[in-house]
Amino acid sequence: MSYVTNLKCRECGQEYPIKPLHVCEDCFGPLEVNYDYAKIRAAVSRATIAARPHNLWRYRELLPVDGEPEAGPFSGFTPLLQARRLGAELGLKKLYIKDDTVNHPTLSYKDRVVSVAITKARDFGFTTVSCASTGNLATAVAAHAARAGLKSVIFMPEGVEAGKIVGSSIYGARVITIRGNYDDVNRLCSEIADKYGWAFVNINLRPYYTEGAKTFGFEVAEQLGWKLPNHIVLPTAGGTILPKVAKAFKEFKEVGLVHGGEFKIHCAQAAGAAPVIHALHKGTDLITPVKPDTIAKSIAIGNPADGFYVLRAVRESGGWGEMASDPEIIDAIKLLARTEGIFAEPAGGTTLAVAIKLIAAGRIKADESVVVSITGNGYKTLEAVAQSIEAPLVIEARLKDFDAIYESLGDGKRSLKGAA
Amino acid sequence: MPVRVRVPTPLRRFTGGTDEVAAAGESVRAVIDDLEKRHPGMRERLLDDNGELRRFVNIYLNGDDIRFLNQLNSQVKDGDDISIVPAIAGGE
Repeated sequence: MSYVTNLKCRECGQEYPIKPLHVCEDCFGPLEVNYDYAKIRAAVSRATIAARPHNLWRYRELLPVDGEPEAGPFSGFTPLLQARRLGAELGLKKLYIKDDTVNHPTLSYKDRVVSVAITKARDFGFTTVSCASTGNLATAVAAHAARAGLKSVIFMPEGVEAGKIVGSSIYGARVITIRGNYDDVNRLCSEIADKYGWAFVNINLRPYYTEGAKTFGFEVAEQLGWKLPNHIVLPTAGGTILPKVAKAFKEFKEVGLVHGGEFKIHCAQAAGAAPVIHALHKGTDLITPVKPDTIAKSIAIGNPADGFYVLRAVRESGGWGEMASDPEIIDAIKLLARTEGIFAEPAGGTTLAVAIKLIAAGRIKADESVVVSITGNGYKTLEAVAQSIEAPLVIEARLKDFDAIYESLGDGKRSLKGAA
Repeated sequence: MPVRVRVPTPLRRFTGGTDEVAAAGESVRAVIDDLEKRHPGMRERLLDDNGELRRFVNIYLNGDDIRFLNQLNSQVKDGDDISIVPAIAGGE
């Protein structure tokens, strides 16, 4: 049974049928999936959801699908870890990490949005799927398309990490890199989607694709025991996930799965691609695009499609936002790895670095619950930290060589390279 | 100053379904004024009541976002390409 009613323009309210459309013909505003919440409220309960398999489809009444899901049988339902050692370092008692570094099958939050988009692509009868991507979306589209038996063509800016090129091509995707940044890729893909009618998951399937991001928020609430956190910190690039997590929390209230609970939602950007933070700090809702320049390539977007809605969601919730420099991002990646055993990509380092700033500024207090959102895996972005780790010691396979360095190892000091 | 203007699907009802039209003007704003003469109804889809570019419209002059140039006052030369692209797209 479907609980979806139609598509509706977020700006002017014009309604459209459920089709591969993403832009309002009257005002160019984004189209958003509309649901019959009264019907959903009658159909779902904590018990029915809790009894379902551990994947993102356990919230299917709040996702824009009719029949059986065609993708993502193991996507979503990633761990929410209580981060005790990191919390102790930061002076927080209730710090949680939502860990999408282990999302199935491509190790980022993009497995959520793509599961929904591929299901809709199959519904609409497309045989080729495509995307404009900084890398994580690329790998997700390639992998989910392969399993669904669809062809995929992936567009990325030149200079993305090798793990993202190899990690897309391996699934049989045709990868095209564009001389330019993500914003150039996105503009070209908008024109291609318009001219050739391919299924671009983040362009003409965007209203459905973005709904998948809500599952990140649904899971946080369920995993906290059907409660909302006091704070959640999310990275912002194109601006998909943050407003959708806000929507997820509101929907859970609307359909009666959580009761009350005020939450503040905070935005994290890399300093080299922070148009939303600049607008937030200036107090304007006019976002001036920038040319991105940061090691956090997965969030290096200078002209965010949904930046306006990020600002609105942050302000409505009473949240805030900050940006992190490249060195701060690397320090935070290392801190998370050293204290919690989680290796985040630079977007995750950005999010943690910003959380630390919000704590220092008193915006997050010691006894409040905080979720830091880690949306991608560091194993895909080794280049970002390769120069920032302690280089391995190299010794011969002789015990006396080890004897010579033994004293230095306990306290972690670096020394005695190649001691004989 | 004739230029080529790429028209996205939502605006093609003003151009008889055509995806590329000719227009003239010495600035992007002048080109939009000319488009309005040739295809009435287009200007209000592109500009708000204050005559500024709408929030969800991007305009590219020879591939460059005009917000990185001189906005609507960006100078247009003979033979330039202008592309109108809905802003709502993408997501990493």
